[in-house]
Amino acid sequence: MSGSHATLEQSAEQPFLRHHFHDLQQQAQASKIGMWLFLVTEILLFGGVFVGYGIMRTLHADAFHHGHLYLDRWLGALNTIVLLISSFTMAMAVHSARTGERRRLIAFLTATLALAGAFLGVKYVEYSHKFHEGLVPGRFYHHSGEAPPGTPIFFSFYFVMTGLHGLHVLAGMVLITWLLRRAARGDFSRAYYNPVDLGGLYWHLVDMIWIYLFPLLYLIS
Amino acid sequence: MTGTSYLTETRGLRSWLFTLDHKRIGVMYLWSTLLAFFLGGVLAMLIRLELLTPGRTLMDADTYNKVFTLHGAVMIFLFIIPSIPAALGNFVLPLLLGAKDVAFPRLNLASYYLYVAGALMALASMVTGGIDTGWTFYTPYSTSTGGAVNLVTLAVFVLGFSSIFTGVNFIATTHKLRAPGMSWFRMPLFVWGMYATAIIQILATPVLGITVLLLFMERVFGVGIFDPKLGGDPVLFQHFFWFYSHPAVYIMILPGMAIISEVIPVFSRRPIFGYRAIAFSSVAIAGVSFLVWGHHMFVSGQSVLASALFSFLTFLVAIPSAVKVFNWVATMYKGSIWLQAPMIYAIMFLLLFAIGGLTGLFLGSLATDVHLHDTYFVVAHFHYIMMGGTFIAFLAGLHYWWPKMFGRMYSQRWSRLAAALVFVGFNATFLAQFVLGSRGMPRRYYNYLPEFQPLHVVSTVGSWVLALGLLMTAGYLLASLRRPPDAPANPWGGMTLEWQTPSPPPTHNFEGTPAVDRGPYEFPPLETEEELAGRPS
Repeated sequence: MSGSHATLEQSAEQPFLRHHFHDLQQQAQASKIGMWLFLVTEILLFGGVFVGYGIMRTLHADAFHHGHLYLDRWLGALNTIVLLISSFTMAMAVHSARTGERRRLIAFLTATLALAGAFLGVKYVEYSHKFHEGLVPGRFYHHSGEAPPGTPIFFSFYFVMTGLHGLHVLAGMVLITWLLRRAARGDFSRAYYNPVDLGGLYWHLVDMIWIYLFPLLYLIS
Repeated sequence: MTGTSYLTETRGLRSWLFTLDHKRIGVMYLWSTLLAFFLGGVLAMLIRLELLTPGRTLMDADTYNKVFTLHGAVMIFLFIIPSIPAALGNFVLPLLLGAKDVAFPRLNLASYYLYVAGALMALASMVTGGIDTGWTFYTPYSTSTGGAVNLVTLAVFVLGFSSIFTGVNFIATTHKLRAPGMSWFRMPLFVWGMYATAIIQILATPVLGITVLLLFMERVFGVGIFDPKLGGDPVLFQHFFWFYSHPAVYIMILPGMAIISEVIPVFSRRPIFGYRAIAFSSVAIAGVSFLVWGHHMFVSGQSVLASALFSFLTFLVAIPSAVKVFNWVATMYKGSIWLQAPMIYAIMFLLLFAIGGLTGLFLGSLATDVHLHDTYFVVAHFHYIMMGGTFIAFLAGLHYWWPKMFGRMYSQRWSRLAAALVFVGFNATFLAQFVLGSRGMPRRYYNYLPEFQPLHVVSTVGSWVLALGLLMTAGYLLASLRRPPDAPANPWGGMTLEWQTPSPPPTHNFEGTPAVDRGPYEFPPLETEEELAGRPS
């Protein structure tokens, strides 16, 4: 490390106060700004592919309608409920951190992690079915049967959008695991629970993106 | 100064590679971006050598395509976008705010390593086939050509994160780490400029991210969104690409303008004219910059209505920039001008940026753009803005903050000679290109009609003079490092906080927390002849 930045502030009671901040509150506010800004970049990232989806759906309305018939809307709805509940358990985790209830924090984080895993499990089932049927992106599309031209593009968007989202769910699981380890170690308290708070913000965004994805892909009328 | 500073307090390679000190990170970025600039410059010299004669001079056409593509990609992604924010900004922003560091020092270091990783990936493309698409990667050529397109698109994705993290850091730092008494309107204008830049970095870069991701998916999986055979549209790529890349050019110029707003008041010894106008115009530029991307696509087949709207908005976005130029000039009026190196470059900026900006109007007008699109007129326009503007401002900032960063003064005489060579060389290189373009010489062309040769020769010889001036600059700056670190804390008489601490600063920046009770450009009058001659005081 480049020399010790330990100062008077970095005492035993505040081991997580970084030297360039005056107090934990300033540090928490700054990191919250940072997380919100990062979430804005995520919205722009997904926004780009949503715009692409919008354009292609307008150009190929029939193909998109036809393609979505191959998606199981009940599995999609199940995943939606799974994520919504996981957002609830995450919010409860943040609340438990704020009130200093370590056991509950660990329980709720674990529940969120399990639900995230369930989401990915359902996606695995869906993806396997698609691969089996040849309903795969672009030049690998080899589904037999009649389909309007442009149907492969629907599946391109399906896989890019849900795949990108799935990667974010996976990243969220890694993040929650890290929070679990820190919680088990006793890092968090009423005075310092900022990482849980920020993790919650990220997780809510991941949930929110799925809330948009589900109707756009599964509920085309 | 004697005693320890951030440069000497800890020693050894590991103390640099694992540093969390924004000043050391800034210095590492400085050397890395300058190395990238040198590579981009060598590629530029090769381009100009090839264009000395029509037909083959040095290399075949395929190689030429790879050389100019790499020149553009290296200069844009590895030099211009990161240089002022990450090299100078990282060093100076916390000092200007009276802070001990940026808000997220570990994110700062991560941002640097992402830059290095992306740079290595991009440079590796030189040995894995190269790219010949032009830095703009237009489909369908970029989806079907061989070479290292996959590698370079992934490199750009990685570099995008570096840029985003810098933006996140600067915004959080500006909000939460200002010294007591420093209200928003007492901040140095450099901070306003960096803040506006950071807004663009955060909003625009992710769109570049998804663009290169989709390009990658198209190449690897044939997803088809840019392929008409599968129902896609290649012009969609252009919309996606320019939605980032137009705001990106404001990521390039706003930091340059931010430096000019610092240098001109100090070397005119007058408060900046129209502080709020300059501050708000920075934010206005950031906002309006998102509305003009279609002016790169007037001949792409988009509707006339869309083109007309984009043209109108393009004229609008020029206004805040013009406001700044008027305010800088007004600042100098009746000022006590001190022609040291930073000021020489700042004045050079005013002229060259004005030319670059005004020539943008010909490109923003539909009737003229139809003739000038994809000619050397465009090349000259953006080199006047990016090099005559941003790079000259970078030189101004480098010469302004060099004593603070390294504790050494450089030779004023050599700096004046080098500046003269840079000015003459730059104008010879690029003025000729305005004429070439308006007479019909297309850009990116390897071969050309013989009647264009005289102007190409002028441009190439100009590039040699420019290169000489820049090598001279590198020479006297590096030579200054061999002198003892005896620069004063405030060699220029500035009133901003970085001059209230030794040159170079200690690792923790300030002894105690500075308090602020006035604006950043309130200079006490110079009283005596001595003061006038020797400045500062």
